[in-house]
Amino acid sequence: MRSFAFWSLVVALLTYMTLPTIVVLMTSVNPTEILAFPPQGVSFDWYAKAVSYPDFQLAFKNGLIVTACASTLALIVGSAFAWLIHHYEFRGRGLLEGVLWSPLIIPHFTLGFGFLLLGGAFRLQQGYVMIVLAHMVLVMPFVTRAVHVSLANIDPALARAAANLGASPWQVLTRITLPLVVPGMAGGWLIAAVLSLTEFTASLYVTGSRTQTLPVAMYNYIREYADPTVSAISALLIIATTLIMLVADRTIGLRRVLAIDTH
Amino acid sequence: MTATPTQQANTFNPSPEAGSAVDIVRVRKDFGAAVGVADVSLTIAKGEFVTLLGPSGCGKSTLLGMIAGFVTPTAGRIVVDGADITGLEPYRRDIGMVFQSYALFPHMNVRDNIAFGLKMRKLPAAQVEQEVARAIAMMKLDGFENRRVRQLSGGQQQRVALARAIVIRPKVLLLDEPLSALDKNLRAQMQVELSELHRKTGLTTIFVTHDQGEALSLSDRIVVMNKGSVQQVATPIELYRQPANGFVASFIGEINALPPGRCEVKDGIASLVLPGAGPLVFPAMPAAGFAPGRQVRAFLRPEHVRPAAPGEAGPNIVTGKVDAHIYQGSHTITRVVVEGIGLVETRVTGSDIVAGAPVGAPLALAFDLGEAVLLDASE
Repeated sequence: MRSFAFWSLVVALLTYMTLPTIVVLMTSVNPTEILAFPPQGVSFDWYAKAVSYPDFQLAFKNGLIVTACASTLALIVGSAFAWLIHHYEFRGRGLLEGVLWSPLIIPHFTLGFGFLLLGGAFRLQQGYVMIVLAHMVLVMPFVTRAVHVSLANIDPALARAAANLGASPWQVLTRITLPLVVPGMAGGWLIAAVLSLTEFTASLYVTGSRTQTLPVAMYNYIREYADPTVSAISALLIIATTLIMLVADRTIGLRRVLAIDTH
Repeated sequence: MTATPTQQANTFNPSPEAGSAVDIVRVRKDFGAAVGVADVSLTIAKGEFVTLLGPSGCGKSTLLGMIAGFVTPTAGRIVVDGADITGLEPYRRDIGMVFQSYALFPHMNVRDNIAFGLKMRKLPAAQVEQEVARAIAMMKLDGFENRRVRQLSGGQQQRVALARAIVIRPKVLLLDEPLSALDKNLRAQMQVELSELHRKTGLTTIFVTHDQGEALSLSDRIVVMNKGSVQQVATPIELYRQPANGFVASFIGEINALPPGRCEVKDGIASLVLPGAGPLVFPAMPAAGFAPGRQVRAFLRPEHVRPAAPGEAGPNIVTGKVDAHIYQGSHTITRVVVEGIGLVETRVTGSDIVAGAPVGAPLALAFDLGEAVLLDASE
């Protein structure tokens, strides 16, 4: 009985967590032109329409550009901050850490709106620069966290052992510290990329019609049309993200670098 | 392998000697107001195996850190092979070290770990390969070359750490509690291997441990430290038989500390008069620490206290009550409370005493006072 109760709970939890996604995925194969659940058949026509729709194509391209730039910038800046926080004890370190974490607490709405106002002041409205800057701030906590965890996991005796064996500080950095932090950096970059690619709330404010990213384009689409195209593009986005995460977990041990698994 | 002259604490020459491998000259390390290492001077001969022994916080690891260059001394000089290295960066010192956690590089396999120091020295690839192969053979790591260090057992990691340190042919080999992470059986085996390695390489070795057993079995000389200061520098046998003070006496092995008493000589017979008990008589005139009228404490090892034979009588036989038996297999430690003396431990082979004198029963003990160490009572 205990095991029946346990498995019931597990199934209930899994259902609750995945049901919305499953509903969207199911509607994406509906052959008719309305977003109906349950679907009345199986068709992949909407997938064809989704990938050929010009707004989505442009938005996907925009998203890739923004994601690549924002994640990479966040990686560089976040790694530098992680290094600083890990290695040095200084006044205001706690404050700096708090600021780096703040995007987790502050609603994306607020950040997007704030960037929109700032953008107006600096004449950067709704261009790539604005979007990249906004996304960079949003994903920075994750990159900083991943790199910080990787640094903290390095036995401080390793650097001393390397020095003892004749490695100069520069050699210690390039031969010991960096190789040990790279998986964390890659993991952080990847999480940042996935978050940036799927970010909607802040993007709604800082993107324009020519620079909108995929989630914004999907939102604009569904405001005008209620057909399963958005379900299809959602499905594609989910599948792509899942594949990236799976590959990353296999190659760099994503769970380990994000400190989910300590082994 | 090196018969160095006996050096008692604070009496050895602090100036660098010709042929010495390491000269530590009045080295001091303060941590704020606290003293980490207080004016330590020590000369270590080439090829010598010296152990820094003491409880945690005694300064032994700090001293080792200063030799390796990870800790900057507040004062004093460290001279290796005649060259002052006090201000030298760690990576220019040519000193090998085995860390307590081994500190093997997790992103490298066994071969690359061992080759690291040689590559830093920019040796030609062929020579690196040759030296690494030699170290691998010496540490019996054949077949493990391509293993990741995570896949190795504790003993194997230990051997990789040793191979990595000796392959650079260091001027001095530092071992920072390298056996503490191993289980008991492996530790005993690694002690033998360390000893063999030292014999084969002839490397000047400084070993840090809090384990007196390791220190006694491995060392040519032992430096006993406490609270940042050197208490005694001596060979293991001297240290055990002639501890310089109460700390050394109690830290090395088990010892009975008798209460303070007065030295007396009457009719050519030397004795120790204990206020609460009768006088104890020395079989011969004691060599060290004895002077008529002097207040001393006698320290006596449990193996020099034995249960008296039935009917045995004499000046050094005292009777007490059995407090406890601690059975250790090959021998039994029996604690006896003697009035006027206190708790006395005796070491008896086997277990006969456990049945013969139950807890609470009276037991007569014979003190072999000729083996006692006499130290000033004011210490």
